[in-house]
Amino acid sequence: MSVLVLAEHDLGALSAATARIVAAAETLGPVDLLVAGQDVSAVAAEAAKLAGVEKVLVADSAALASLSPEAVAALLARLAEPYSHIVAAAAATGRDAIPRLAAKLDLMPVTDVVAIHGPTRFDRPIYAGNAIETVSSGQSKHLLTIRASAFRPAASGNDAPIHPVDADVTSVARFLAAHRTESDLPELSTAQVVVAGGVSFGSAEKFALVAELAKVLGAAVGATRAAVDAGYAPNDWQVGQTGKIIAPDLYIAIGISGALQHLAGIQGAKKIVAINKDPEAPLMKIADIALVGDLFEVVPQLIAGLGRE
Amino acid sequence: MKILVAVKRVVDHAVRVRVRPDGSGVETENVRMSMNPFDKHAVEAAVQLGEAGHASEIVVVSIGPKQSNDVILTALAMGAHRGILIEADGRIETLAVAKLLNAVVAEEQPDLVLLGKQAVDDDSNQVGQMLAGLLDWPQATFASEIKVAGDSLEVTREVDYGRATVGVSLPAIVTADLRLNTPRNAALPMVMKARSKPLAVRPAAEFGVDLTPRLKLEKVSPPAERVAGRKVADAAELVAAISSELTELEAL
Ligand SMILES: Cc1cc2nc3c(=O)[nH]c(=O)nc-3n(C[C@@H](O)[C@H](O)[C@H](O)COP(=O)(O)OP(=O)(O)OC[C@H]3O[C@@H](n4cnc5c(N)ncnc54)[C@H](O)[C@@H]3O)c2cc1C
Ligand SMILES: Cc1cc2nc3c(=O)[nH]c(=O)nc-3n(C[C@H](O)[C@H](O)[C@H](O)COP(=O)(O)OP(=O)(O)OC[C@H]3O[C@@H](n4cnc5c(N)ncnc54)[C@H](O)[C@@H]3O)c2cc1C
Repeated sequence: MSVLVLAEHDLGALSAATARIVAAAETLGPVDLLVAGQDVSAVAAEAAKLAGVEKVLVADSAALASLSPEAVAALLARLAEPYSHIVAAAAATGRDAIPRLAAKLDLMPVTDVVAIHGPTRFDRPIYAGNAIETVSSGQSKHLLTIRASAFRPAASGNDAPIHPVDADVTSVARFLAAHRTESDLPELSTAQVVVAGGVSFGSAEKFALVAELAKVLGAAVGATRAAVDAGYAPNDWQVGQTGKIIAPDLYIAIGISGALQHLAGIQGAKKIVAINKDPEAPLMKIADIALVGDLFEVVPQLIAGLGRE
Repeated sequence: MKILVAVKRVVDHAVRVRVRPDGSGVETENVRMSMNPFDKHAVEAAVQLGEAGHASEIVVVSIGPKQSNDVILTALAMGAHRGILIEADGRIETLAVAKLLNAVVAEEQPDLVLLGKQAVDDDSNQVGQMLAGLLDWPQATFASEIKVAGDSLEVTREVDYGRATVGVSLPAIVTADLRLNTPRNAALPMVMKARSKPLAVRPAAEFGVDLTPRLKLEKVSPPAERVAGRKVADAAELVAAISSELTELEAL
């Protein structure tokens, strides 16, 4: 039993999700961590520090620069043979590459794993998290994507050996442009505190209040689909069934009704604070702390009050 | 180009499903069913490509029980030309769905296959990527914009850091995200017309694909319930409550 984990990284830094995936994967067997990309030696050095990693494999080539699913799946297919499990985060790269790889290897993958019960039994949410299915697999190999938010991160302090591997793959899709959301706030998917706003803010200018409060708290910003569709927030801030799945210790939802597709993204939140003028809003009924009030009055007071503390 | 669109009949997105007390699955008897929302965006994208003069024929395919007819008719009313229903009952895993679609691609020879990014029942987010793997075609998943550029497409995708634009040459697989377009509601005359469009019904067995599930479904359980906590009276009380939560977090 041994596990190949695909590291997530962006802009020369290992993503915080990777430490969580490594910790989850370690329960399945010894972990080799694959860092694929172009000029990724700094990422590989970071990866080698994660506790539980036996060795780091580095596939460094221009064809892997944009981590296209075609190139990543081809690379994983070549490395797959000795491993019982191939695991990635349920984030952009893994979601795209793991099912493609599975079809090539004629295997049925298990995606969005939120709990591991031994090497062949896994829980995954269905119906926007309104049900959890437990599946087991008798296949020769197990291909998984794991929700980082459902697991604790691995410790650091390791010094695993780094081995280069053959990175000669062809990338068929051409990468044309990245449109990045510039923000100095913490990364949403792994933030400890998240402040999120809904469409009721009414404009992008007013939605900036959410970011202002987040800054005071050192929190990340989230948004509902309605707020993103209206153009108040960028798409990568969307939380929910079709956006990011998060599990912060504290989630502060402002003017958010709590549609089931939104709740799908915050089921792992430890504490929920809700501010809404409607006490009957679904989110108000599951919040740990609820305040009935007008967000345009409440939020400036929170910014001032918490800024002082 | 010729476009194939895969559409799935699912429990309507507005229905809050209940897990069966015996843990065998969720209750799907007597609940409202409709086309997977993501697939509506895929159909709309195909129809818009047709209206812009890029698509000569749009074929929709659905795999499922007889009643999946409904979602094919919806797609035909939106503007697709022809439908294929592959009849299969019970549990068909994504790998088998992808293999059936692969067989349809071999027959139909489309230049583009459009799918939804995920189905809102099983939330697998797999079929498009799997079909691309089986065909060894390029894939552009989670699309929020599709532009035709000669014999390739420029697709803008929703990714973790924002958006990314990729160029894929045809034939290719594209999966639709919700911001791709606004699906039309077909007017009554289109709904009437849809009934006269060709719709082939074929048993899954005809395709020679092994449909035996690979995964064993052990049980389905409800998620942990959340219950209402306390109400605070005003912003000042909320400031105090949030501060004490943060102090607790720092202590950990
Ligand atoms: C362990 C397990 C148990 C299951 N139990 C049941 C059960 O009891 N009853 C039941 O009805 N189902 C059951 N299923 C559902 C299963 O058969 C799904 O239909 C299949 O796994 C596809 O998943 P998805 O729709 O979430 O795919 P996704 O990958 O999320 O779908 C993406 C896209 O693929 C296309 N697509 C997917 N399915 C079809 C289709 N059938 N026809 C045409 N296009 C399609 C659509 O364009 C869709 O937007 C089970 C699945 C598993 C893994
Ligand atoms: C297939 C599918 C996938 C989806 N995926 C997602 C997803 O990933 N994420 C997501 O969020 N949504 C998703 N949705 C959309 C979801 O169903 C809801 O429409 C959306 O979450 C609603 O956003 P909202 O809470 O901002 O808006 P609304 O539901 O309109 O709620 C606004 C709330 O603000 C309150 N309010 C108004 N004014 C004030 C004020 N002045 N002060 C205080 N409170 C006020 C109102 O009382 C109300 O509760 C999806 C939908 C579908 C069909």
